[in-house]
Amino acid sequence: MVFVPHTEEERQAMLKAIGVEKMDDLFYDVPARYRYPTLGLEAPLTEMEVLEELRELSEANLNAYRTPTFLGAGIYRHWVPAVVDYVLSRGEFYTAYTPYQAEISQGTLTAIFEYQSLICDLTGMEVANASHYDGATAAAEAVIQAYNVFRGKRKKVVLAPTLHPHYREVIRTYTQGMGLEIVGDEALEKPLEEVVEMVDEQTFAFIVQTPNFFGEIEPLEGLADEVHTRGKKALLAVAVNPISLGLLKPPGEYGADIVFGDGQPLGLGLNFGGPTLGFYATKMRYVHQMAGRIVGETKDVEGKRGFVLTLTSREQHIRRHRATSNICSNQGIMTLAATVYLSALGKDGLRKVALANYHKAHYAAERIAALPGYTVVADKPFFNEFVVECPAPVAEINDFLLNEWDYEIIGGYDLSRDYPHLARHMLVAVTEMNGRDEIDDFVEALRAFADYHQVEVEA
Amino acid sequence: MTEPLIFELSIPGRKGVRLPELDVPESELPADLLRDDLPLPEVSEVDVVRHYLRLSQLNYAVDKGIYPLGSCTMKYNPKINEVAARLPGFVGIHPLQDELTVQGALYLMYHLQEQLKAISGFDAISLQPAAGAHGELTGVLIMRKYHLDRGETQRDTMLIPDSAHGTNPASTSMSGLRVVEIPSDARGNVDLEAMKAYMNERLIGIMITNPNTLGLFDENLEAICQMVHEAGGLVYGDGANMNALMGIMRPAEIGIDVMHFNLHKTFSTPHGGGGPGSGPVGVVAKLADFLPAPIVVKEVDAEEEAEEEAPLYTFYDPPKSIGRVKSFWGHFSVMIKAYTYIRMLGDEGVRRAAEYAVLNANYLLSRIRDVYPLPYDRICKHEFVVEGRFEDAPGVRALDIAKRLIDYGVHPPTNYFPLIVHEALMIEPTETESKQEVDRYADILLKIAEEAKTDPDLLHEAPHNAPVRRLDEVYAARQKILRYRRDQQ
Repeated sequence: MVFVPHTEEERQAMLKAIGVEKMDDLFYDVPARYRYPTLGLEAPLTEMEVLEELRELSEANLNAYRTPTFLGAGIYRHWVPAVVDYVLSRGEFYTAYTPYQAEISQGTLTAIFEYQSLICDLTGMEVANASHYDGATAAAEAVIQAYNVFRGKRKKVVLAPTLHPHYREVIRTYTQGMGLEIVGDEALEKPLEEVVEMVDEQTFAFIVQTPNFFGEIEPLEGLADEVHTRGKKALLAVAVNPISLGLLKPPGEYGADIVFGDGQPLGLGLNFGGPTLGFYATKMRYVHQMAGRIVGETKDVEGKRGFVLTLTSREQHIRRHRATSNICSNQGIMTLAATVYLSALGKDGLRKVALANYHKAHYAAERIAALPGYTVVADKPFFNEFVVECPAPVAEINDFLLNEWDYEIIGGYDLSRDYPHLARHMLVAVTEMNGRDEIDDFVEALRAFADYHQVEVEA
Repeated sequence: MTEPLIFELSIPGRKGVRLPELDVPESELPADLLRDDLPLPEVSEVDVVRHYLRLSQLNYAVDKGIYPLGSCTMKYNPKINEVAARLPGFVGIHPLQDELTVQGALYLMYHLQEQLKAISGFDAISLQPAAGAHGELTGVLIMRKYHLDRGETQRDTMLIPDSAHGTNPASTSMSGLRVVEIPSDARGNVDLEAMKAYMNERLIGIMITNPNTLGLFDENLEAICQMVHEAGGLVYGDGANMNALMGIMRPAEIGIDVMHFNLHKTFSTPHGGGGPGSGPVGVVAKLADFLPAPIVVKEVDAEEEAEEEAPLYTFYDPPKSIGRVKSFWGHFSVMIKAYTYIRMLGDEGVRRAAEYAVLNANYLLSRIRDVYPLPYDRICKHEFVVEGRFEDAPGVRALDIAKRLIDYGVHPPTNYFPLIVHEALMIEPTETESKQEVDRYADILLKIAEEAKTDPDLLHEAPHNAPVRRLDEVYAARQKILRYRRDQQ
């Protein structure tokens, strides 16, 4: 009996105490013809056996930490300090439930309070919630929050085409029953300054990302004013890469109303893209329209400081169908990872990580730009990701990098998958994990491809 | 002694984790875009370790003892789950890698889909939803789109029993649909008579939790499904309580059309202090085309040809998909844990888990039923609801009992839910608690009932033995101190 501790004698004693003869009697109310189906699961394995199977499966994957990697597009390979996993491995944290019983959940509640504070400091905002599932669902919740700020009287939301394609898609999935007019990304090549012009008095929000999906740092200066003026107090929501905030001015300083993003870079592994976390911050005046859990400081009957879940009247378990969102479980342990990560790196460390990302990406871009056949497309300053126009379809190049080249390199993201007008455009991500030799090898491999491709074309 | 906040441990100039020296030339920084100050803590690595270790010790957790929080299925989390999810070949894969380089991950996802199909009887599964409520939203959007696809645009009404989790009505209204609450009858079942008025062309369907939040198997479940189907509606199953039914009954066979699973409840992946969860959605064949994109499929042709270039497991976008519900593929590392768990249990193991979950609940109920008022007196499933009040101790409330439990070193049950029971205490011991642990809990509950009469202040003022005494929630809501502020300390 796996994970069931009862002995046969105990079972009998318990059935007797209940007043039934056999286990089946406890299921009298399940219609007999459906009772006890044969499931057909595979024969059970012991711990020793299952680990062997899983080890084999895991080794069938190409590990991007052990392979030179230039793939980003929303998930990034960063260094995760050992303390992060140490703290996450504490059973007191990871085997607890949502901290409903505050008096015996002060560990979790204090950590969430710290997390909220760190997110506010990082984004330059006044209040943060305890997390959403990821950046994409945070984007959808930003749209819904802004819609609710105008009590549903405005129906239009404008999305920058350079917002992560998954974010744009999830916004549409979430709101498909709400009758919204979602515009801005019909023409994917439209520049931001033209997209902003679509904001009008029927618009409740403008959603933009910086660094955007292409890695470019958007000019946020004056954007909030423009959105507020054109849209008569419409909200500006900004998606942001949290590592970039180690270096760059936070959206809060530019007047953003909502700042959100994916927290994966903050101490979380790649994990095939999940779980990550969606961080979310807004202005205090909008706190009652914000979804998600919030921890607040309070005191106990003796005046001692403590923390509790607060402002819960926004939430589903109180307000039911009038709640700001249906969210219940969020990304608890992932927010702890982000909290430990930001604490362990601290003021000095996060800035250094951000600088390393910036300089290495620019070094790579400069070297690639010097290659014949490749052009770095960068109209605006960029952070740790940039676009390269290549001499052949990106899929072809990536196949070459991975399989033909001695070094086995995972190339960048093929932008034509989401942006048809960007055929042959590769999105290259460089982080502190890419050593100079790795970058140099990548550049040499790209050169080798171009030579090989040239030969192919001539042949 | 209060544990300070990480900010209060900060010493200007102190540094934590070090990074390698920059090995590339520096580029020019965009001066006008740089931030002036980065107000993060300045602490050493040992400061961080000790602070979070001390915080961890302020928590109660399943690893410490029984955690009978109703509707939450706080079962033991096998340690092999954590080992499995941390294998380097799982942690280290990027979601946009070539499918040929992640076949191990796709194999696991495909087989988890198959396991969940076997357990539930559904025809197709999406693993993408991130949590139970997220799975609900997904399921409701699928129901909505199914009707729209059939041209039945007038359908807008979802029936939700009054005993349902709050997420059910919230997910429905987020989907732009109308919520109609259906009362429960005297035996705790959904009131069939009350449903009849809504069996018309506006019906989207019903969201039903079974066993319901009273811990009772709805005796009319089959009739409810038939009635809704006859009216052209669909039946949503809230899978939060699947721990009572694994291996006992397959929801799809009795007439449920769409259901979410809670991998973090039923399948032992931990709750993580509030997440991450994972809320896969299962559907019957006619709804499979509407699942969120993508799902994992096995390419039969690829296997036959045994060609090295073609991946055996690939992502597939269902043709009428509601769209993606989150970025990438879902909570992969949670999936690993659920897969590991099911792989270790097999047919016999999952059925045993359900049986002993129900045995433990009924046994605990049998120990306290003469003392705690029981509003619906039936054999329960994996959980039950009693009232936390006593005729001869009028001032004592469920909250007092919950807080007094803390003094005895155990976790309180869910309280004040479901809303249809006064002073509700909702208790779910789960199958992984031994008879001794269940007996200990029963003894404590009985002792507290005694104290309620002899010394009620002991309850009103509880907890006495906890890291903090009873906390002032009203003060928190009024003060709105939601972040640390340097300037105010």
